[in-house]
Amino acid sequence: MPLIKNGAEIDDIWAYVDGEAELSEGGCFTVPLGRFLAEASTLAERNTQVGVRLAPDDDAALLEPYLQQIQLIEVAFPKYTDGRGYSQAQLLRRRFGYEGELRAVGHVLRDQLFYMNRSGIDAYETSRADLSEVVDALKEYSEVYQPAAGGRVPVFRKRHGS
Amino acid sequence: MYRYDEFDAQIVKERVAQFRGQVERRLSGELLEDEFKPLRLQNGVYLQLHAYMLRVAIPYGQLNARQMRMLARIAREYDRNYGHFTTRQNIQFNWVALKDIPDVLALLAEVEMHAIQTSGNCIRNTTSDHYAGAARDEIMDPRPWCEIIRQWSTFHPEFAFLPRKFKIAVTGAEHDRAAIRVHDIGLHMRERDGVRGFEVHVGGGQGRTPHVAALVNDFVPEDRLLDYLEAIMRVYNLHGRRDNKYKARIKILVNELGPEEFTRQVEVEFAAQRPHEKIDLPQAEIERIHAYFAPPELATKPETSDAFEAAKANDKAFARWARINLHPHVTPGYTSVTVSLKPIGGLAGDATDAQMEIIANLAETYGQDDIRVSHAQNVILAHVALDDLPALYAELDAAGLATPNESLITDLIVCPGLDYCNLANARSIPVGQAVQQVFADPDYQEDIGRLHINISGCINACGHHHVGHIGILGVDKKGEEFYQITFGGRADEKAAIGDIAGPGLKSEDVPGALKRVVDRYRELRSGKDELFIDTLGRLGHDPFKEALYAAD
Repeated sequence: MPLIKNGAEIDDIWAYVDGEAELSEGGCFTVPLGRFLAEASTLAERNTQVGVRLAPDDDAALLEPYLQQIQLIEVAFPKYTDGRGYSQAQLLRRRFGYEGELRAVGHVLRDQLFYMNRSGIDAYETSRADLSEVVDALKEYSEVYQPAAGGRVPVFRKRHGS
Repeated sequence: MYRYDEFDAQIVKERVAQFRGQVERRLSGELLEDEFKPLRLQNGVYLQLHAYMLRVAIPYGQLNARQMRMLARIAREYDRNYGHFTTRQNIQFNWVALKDIPDVLALLAEVEMHAIQTSGNCIRNTTSDHYAGAARDEIMDPRPWCEIIRQWSTFHPEFAFLPRKFKIAVTGAEHDRAAIRVHDIGLHMRERDGVRGFEVHVGGGQGRTPHVAALVNDFVPEDRLLDYLEAIMRVYNLHGRRDNKYKARIKILVNELGPEEFTRQVEVEFAAQRPHEKIDLPQAEIERIHAYFAPPELATKPETSDAFEAAKANDKAFARWARINLHPHVTPGYTSVTVSLKPIGGLAGDATDAQMEIIANLAETYGQDDIRVSHAQNVILAHVALDDLPALYAELDAAGLATPNESLITDLIVCPGLDYCNLANARSIPVGQAVQQVFADPDYQEDIGRLHINISGCINACGHHHVGHIGILGVDKKGEEFYQITFGGRADEKAAIGDIAGPGLKSEDVPGALKRVVDRYRELRSGKDELFIDTLGRLGHDPFKEALYAAD
C-alpha cells in the first residue's frame, strides 16, 4: 500500500507480523504491543529494527521505557471513526517525547490527514489518497486554534506576538 | 459581542473551501456516502426525511442584526422562507439542497458565522445563559469563556472522532438557565479568593438513559480550565464505549466507572500534563476576548419609566406581555425582552424570513444590536430601555411576535418529531399545538404560572422531555402513537429527571389529561406563588397521576 511521508511517496521497508510468527533475519518488522512487551529483551538483540503496532485499545504509556530504541510506531485506525489513535499519538509525541516515525495504518482517508498530522503522525499508509491529495489535505488550514503534537503555533500566540 | 479577527476569518474561509471540495467529491462518487457522512455531520448537514438539513451554529446563542438578516436571506433563497431555532441555540434550515450548501456556508462566512461541529461525534456548539451579560442576578458573564472554549474546540485534532457527540454549557448566574447539569460538561462560574474559576459537572445528558451530571471538581481556576477540559476529553476519548452507540456518551462512562473513579482518572490525567503540554493561554488573550463582551454603553435612566408605566395602565394586553416576557436587567431603566416564537398553534422555534428581518431591525433600533436565542427556542433582545417598550411591543405584536407566554405552559419545547425527523417514532408538533390550545386563554395561563412542558417524538429526547416539569414522550406501539407523561423533571440548578407517570396516552387524550393535572394543581397549591413543580415536590406525584388517568 502506498506510504507517504514528508511530502513524498516512499518505499516501505517494514512488514507487520501479526500473532506469534517467527521474525526472519534481516527484515524490519512491526508487532502488536503485547508481543513487543513480552519479548522486549530478545527483540532488542536483533540486528534489525522492530517496531510496534498500536491497536485502538492499547495503552500507549506502556511504551514509554522503550521509546529511545523504537524507530516506528504504527497507529492503527481499523475504522476511521475511531479516534483513539489521535490521543495515542498526542501522548507519544508530547508527553513521552517520541521522535521516531508515527505512521497511520488502516482506514486512512484524506479527510483525517490534517488531524493526524496535527496529532503528531508523520507517515500515512493509504490507498485512498494519492500524493497530491495528501499534500493538499495537510495544507487545508493555514491557522490552528490549539497547541498539539504537530507543533504549529496556535493563533492565541500569534495574536500576542509570539 | 465577539468579532472575528483575520485568523478567525481565515479559518472559516478555509472551512468553506474544504467542505466545497468534500461535496464535490461526494457528488462525483469519489467519496462513498458512508465516508461522507461523518464529514457532512461535522458541518451540520443531516439527511432528513425529505431533504438535507443544515444546522448553523449560533455560538452561545448570540448574534447581531446583520447576522440575523443573513439567516433571513438564507431562509428566503435556499429554504422555504423559514428557519427553526433549536434547543441548543442553533438554527436549522430544513430544505437546503446539498449542492447549494457550500454557497450557503460562504454567505455565512461573510457575516462571521459557520456550521462547524454543529453535528457529528465532536465537541458541539457551547451553550449558555440567554440573558448573559444582561441579567441582574448574574455573577460573572459566561460568554468570554464560551468563546474561548469555541476556539479551543474548533478543529481540535485529538477530539474530532469521539465515541459520541459532546456538549458543553456554561452559566454565570446562581439560577441556572443553561441546563448545565444535563450536558456532557456543565461549567458553573465561581469566584474563590478573588480568583475566577469553574465548578465542573460531567456526565449529564438526556436521551434513552438520562443522567444528572456528577460534580467532578468544585473549583478549577480559569487559567487551568482548558487543561482540565483536555484531561476530561482525553479520558473520554480513550475509554468511552465505542461498541454500542447508545452507550457511547460520557454519561455512561461516568456511570459505569462511578463518579469517584471517573474523577480519579481525570485528576490523574490532569496531574500528568507536563509543562509544555499545558495550554497556557496568555493573560492578554483572555483579556482580549473579555473586551469584546464589555457591557453596552447604555444612557443613564431612572429605575422606573413614566412612559412604560403609563402604557401599562392604558393597555391591558401590553401590561400582560410586560408582566410575562421581561427579565430584570442589571442596568436600572432597562430590561431583557423575550420575543416568543411560541404563538398558539404555531411551530415552536420557527421564524419566517420576514420575522427574522423584523427582529433584526428591532434589535438595531431598540436593542443595542444584540440578539439572543434561548434553549427554550425563543429569541431575546437583551438590552432594551423600559421607555422603548411600548413602541417595541407594537411592532412585535404586528409581526405576530408578542405572544405573552415566556416560561408559561404554552411556551413548550417541541422537537420536530415524525413530521420532519427520521429518528422520530411519533409526531410532536400536532400534540404540542393541541396542548397549547387547551391552555390558550391568557388569564388561565398566567394563573397557572411558570410550568415547563417539553415534548420529544422519540427516546433521543431532543425536546428535553426528561427535564420538563411535565414531559411528553412519543412512542410507537404496534404502529400507533402513544405518549408517555413524566412529572418532576427540571433543568435548572435543582436538575432532576422526570418520573414516568404510568401507561402512555393516545394523542387525542393528552390535552384533556394535562388539563386535569393542571386543574388539580390549582386546587392543591398553597398559594398562587407556589409553582406546579413545587406543589409536586411538596405533595408527591400521586394526586397528579390520579388526575392524569381520571377519565379512564
